[in-house]
Amino acid sequence: MSETRTLVVERLMPHPPEKVWRALTQGALLEDWLMKNDFTATVGARFTFRTQPMPHWNGVVECEVLAVEPHQRLSYSWNAGDGKKLYTTVTWTLTPVEGGTRLRMEQSGFGPQDDNNYKGAAYGWQHMIEALEKLLLGLAPA
Amino acid sequence: MPATAPDLFTALGDPTRRALFERLSREGELTVRVLTGPSGVSQPAVSKHLGILKQAGLVHDRRDGRQTHYSARPQALKPLGDWMTLYGAFWRDRFDRLEDLLNRMDQ
Repeated sequence: MSETRTLVVERLMPHPPEKVWRALTQGALLEDWLMKNDFTATVGARFTFRTQPMPHWNGVVECEVLAVEPHQRLSYSWNAGDGKKLYTTVTWTLTPVEGGTRLRMEQSGFGPQDDNNYKGAAYGWQHMIEALEKLLLGLAPA
Repeated sequence: MPATAPDLFTALGDPTRRALFERLSREGELTVRVLTGPSGVSQPAVSKHLGILKQAGLVHDRRDGRQTHYSARPQALKPLGDWMTLYGAFWRDRFDRLEDLLNRMDQ
């Protein structure tokens, strides 16, 4: 088993967990802040997130719902990339706190090889700049 | 000290700096005067942009008499060549959007 790494982003949202949960699980709301999708909150359901294609990525994230615990925890696989795929898992944890919800996003499963894929010879820095530019522009304009 | 990803994002977040960096990467070593040429930006402004790129480790300068020659250091982009770094920026941006959406939602 090779070593993998996890990315964590956490923020206190001044809103109740029930409301944050809706933004994470209702397709239209999810599209508003993340990406177009056909998400359903059912364990085992497969769905996709879609955005504009960019170099070396067709703009599609393939997912499968892994865990649904209403108002507490949501987890799905997050597989993206053409050819050299990135296989990760995204897990959302909602913890009620004074004044709102502590929202934690964990994306796990980044392999050591993922670095090399991205900065490898086939992937010139120009493509990184383009990808970066898309990120800076916000990736998914409608 | 190597530049961090946020330094690089700041340095490359500006279209003029991105254009300067791209031109140096394409054409090799150039002087400030040559770089200023058709850019439509004043020489002091170009120098300032080059200073920011230098701070982020993206360009190298070499003095030769009264001229300063700049060249690109694309290896400085390495921290960005990492899915985790890119997704880090991606999710922070999406958290901002989510927060904005939550503020717009009824309750």
